[in-house]
Amino acid sequence: MGYPHKSHPRETPVLSKHFGDPEARTLAGWRQRGGYRALEQALGMAPADIVNVVKESGLRGRGGAGFPTGLKWSFMKPGDGKPHYLCCNADESEPGTFKDREIMRWTPHALIEGCALGAHAIGAETAYIYIRGEFTEPLRVMEAAVREAYRDGLLGKNAMSSGKRVDVHVHKGAGAYICGEETALMNSLEGRRGNPRIKPPFPAVSGLFGQPTTINNVETLAAVPHILTNGAQWYKEMSLSSPKSTGSKLFSVCGNIRKPGNYEVTMGFPFKEFLYDLCGGPLPGRKFKAIIPGGSSVPIQTVEEAEATLMDYEGFVAGGTMLGSGGVIVFDDSQCMVKQIARLARFYAHESCAQCTQCREGTAWTTRILERIENGDGVMDDLDTLMEIGENMTGKTICVLSDSCATPVFSGLQKWRHEFEAHIKQKRCPMRSAVAA
Amino acid sequence: MTAPAMTAPATKMVSLTIEGRQVSVPEGTSILEAAKYAGILVPHYCYHPGLPVAGVCRMCLVEVEKAPKLAASCATSVAEGQVVHVHSAKALEARKGVLELLLINHPLDCPICDQAGECELQDYTYMEGRPDSRLRDPKRFNPVEDFGGDVMYVTNRCILCTRCVRFMDTMAEDPVLNVSERGDRAVIGKFDGHDLTHPWAGNVIDLCPVGALLSKDSLNKVRAWEVDRTASVCPNCTQGCNMIIETRDNTVVRLRPRSNEAVNQFFMCDYGRLNYRWMNRQDRVDTPLVRRGNDLMLAEWDAALAAAAQLLTGAKARVIASPMLSNEALGLLARIYRKTGGSGSYRVAKGDRAPLPGVKNLARREELGANVRGLELFGFKRSESPAWNLGSEDILILADEELAGIDAGAVGQPRAIIVIGTTLPSWARGAAVVLPIGNFTEEEGTFTNVDGRVQRFMQAKAAPGYARPSFAVIGDLLALLGEKTGYMLASDAFAAVAASEAAFSGLSYETLGLRGVALAGGAAR
Repeated sequence: MGYPHKSHPRETPVLSKHFGDPEARTLAGWRQRGGYRALEQALGMAPADIVNVVKESGLRGRGGAGFPTGLKWSFMKPGDGKPHYLCCNADESEPGTFKDREIMRWTPHALIEGCALGAHAIGAETAYIYIRGEFTEPLRVMEAAVREAYRDGLLGKNAMSSGKRVDVHVHKGAGAYICGEETALMNSLEGRRGNPRIKPPFPAVSGLFGQPTTINNVETLAAVPHILTNGAQWYKEMSLSSPKSTGSKLFSVCGNIRKPGNYEVTMGFPFKEFLYDLCGGPLPGRKFKAIIPGGSSVPIQTVEEAEATLMDYEGFVAGGTMLGSGGVIVFDDSQCMVKQIARLARFYAHESCAQCTQCREGTAWTTRILERIENGDGVMDDLDTLMEIGENMTGKTICVLSDSCATPVFSGLQKWRHEFEAHIKQKRCPMRSAVAA
Repeated sequence: MTAPAMTAPATKMVSLTIEGRQVSVPEGTSILEAAKYAGILVPHYCYHPGLPVAGVCRMCLVEVEKAPKLAASCATSVAEGQVVHVHSAKALEARKGVLELLLINHPLDCPICDQAGECELQDYTYMEGRPDSRLRDPKRFNPVEDFGGDVMYVTNRCILCTRCVRFMDTMAEDPVLNVSERGDRAVIGKFDGHDLTHPWAGNVIDLCPVGALLSKDSLNKVRAWEVDRTASVCPNCTQGCNMIIETRDNTVVRLRPRSNEAVNQFFMCDYGRLNYRWMNRQDRVDTPLVRRGNDLMLAEWDAALAAAAQLLTGAKARVIASPMLSNEALGLLARIYRKTGGSGSYRVAKGDRAPLPGVKNLARREELGANVRGLELFGFKRSESPAWNLGSEDILILADEELAGIDAGAVGQPRAIIVIGTTLPSWARGAAVVLPIGNFTEEEGTFTNVDGRVQRFMQAKAAPGYARPSFAVIGDLLALLGEKTGYMLASDAFAAVAASEAAFSGLSYETLGLRGVALAGGAAR
């Protein structure tokens, strides 16, 4: 079952199979649909064996960076005498991304099962689900589901009668994009200001409360039970392309497109068919102009680049961008790229945690220049200045928020420089006047 | 800075190359500290050796060969065989970028900024920054805020290095400061209802690398390039924090901490810092005086000293000495009272102990005088109200002690009173001889702190009129009483004291250096 559209025949619904099905939200309904069998199986397995299955499956982090999940789990040294923690990053704040929201809204138990399973695999007794503060409905659904799971003994000090303790806590964020950065999330969870930490030490050495911690995205954890039930081979074989990108992936589609929504396809699906067949192509009388394929932090593709891209980690890199979080934002030919990029920059300027100089000052300055150009007050020198500020903001800070702000600016100036120049020469936004006329 | 922990033999050493210079430093040292040890300054703002590493200003970026990105040298540990370039084109470009970004919203009001001349933003901009700004938009503006205590916050100048926040969090353990808001709206905030009233809060002013946190006490009083700076030791309690005296036109205008890992690290308390006005007292005695009948008359030094020596002949010297006197003065005074079969005592004002929790064994101590430990070592006995019944064989020597609040009758009927001091207290009206000396800012000497650490202080300004250094005056008096010679130099006086006092044996100004030496068994009281 798809949501909000009917599932397209070319989709591969694994995680999204029960989207839109209210019964799947309840524990009873979820167990009818095969839920918690993987957890039961896992609690009887040695943690190292689970890690090996996940390693074998080739599952990679779905939050944006694409780090191999099994490898990440193997950094957690068993028997070090310290408490281990699992954090689930449900602070889905990347502009254009809303896949985790749907997983939590419709299949909360899939996430709880994934968290409990992951916790067991890394030798943790406690998992925290850090939910974005604005996600009020998913929060309500998750809290209800956790209560149900405790009531039926799936969680707690004797989880599923295995004799093992698994606690899952739901924590509501307070509305900061930066708290989706893993170390900022940990600071926030500890009650501190959500500032990213200097790495090293990495979370697997010193994470939440200074203890070894693994942090995984919602979609990643929700996929693990399926891998355990169906086997690593099944997950690997799902891929249509590179063996380095396995399984299925949810893509959130928004912008100037006929059927926005969440779509689940296997890795390696052709982006062109995805945009035109699954998502229905452009709005009537319009043409696609630009595509952001992986959330606002990745380079923007021209439509020609996008149409030649395969949807997996390597494919998007070959297409000059990144898979990122899978948030596809589509701009058609009615959009002014200067205005859109200025809007993105303003987001980053608003959300910068203010620690690093480049980010605090650079995001705000970039925004001011872009908005000035959009308003017709730009000068040609501004374009060089934007490029140089962007260089200054890239690869020099504690986290990558700063880089993320510079990325769309680089794309814009490389691929749509004529639009910037038109703004400056005409001393107004050409698109705006075209629409007004 | 001395090399970090070079003495611990168990520490594993790491060798690396910084700007072509080979250095070997203990494992775990940051690249920034290693560079410092190699004699190379990596520009930085948020890093401070006395505070936890934040790694936020990104000014200390350096190029490390084989590393994919530039490294924040304050937050990156050295590794064996590392090759570090501080001044490579890539590193310089990155730091230039940071400076440009720090300056886009900085008001550039250096001509009216107290920090000008000792501002790290100025310094590094001159060293590595752009000559111009590309900012075409209006600058951000925020009003000035009173942070309470002695601290004022000029928001516009702030570069958000968070040294002040970290000091209040981890050193003062009184976390009243925070970073408020996000992005370029961020400012240093103060929690509602709290002020910077912690006894050590004033250190945030020194820690601030720019002119954002300023002292209200010295606001607009002096320019950094007008002052003379003198290494000294804070005399306001027995802790003996190392400090710098800043003077202009022979007037002390500001006291600031001087780093000493063994005593105060980088800090000094607000009481010590602000209690400097007495050093500039104008009601000083600046000429030797000798009693003629009912009047104290101006006298030549020779005549005054001879009169004092004559009084002491065949009498017992009863000395009440100030804890603000140096070891040199006290050691020589002790010789006088011993030689004459007299005795020594002292009084000291008391206050509340005010620790700085982040530094072990650092506090404003209860005893508000520099050299209480020295007094005890030289046999002076503590006595708040001297209850001696002095008689005709006793000479009372008031050594810079005003005996405030004590009636003239309280000490009995001494044969005479000799004042060796900086001021002319009411007690001195009955003195037979007054010998004017300099206060501790006007001479060289040493203090012994509460833990028995002997520390030198230098002369910061000239003594008024004919006043002479305390060790010279007391030394000359001793010479008239039959000792070998007087002392022209504080170092000679110290050598003489060290030669005769077991506790000080083997010490000299050379061995003391500028950071002092702990006496053997000095901590045992």
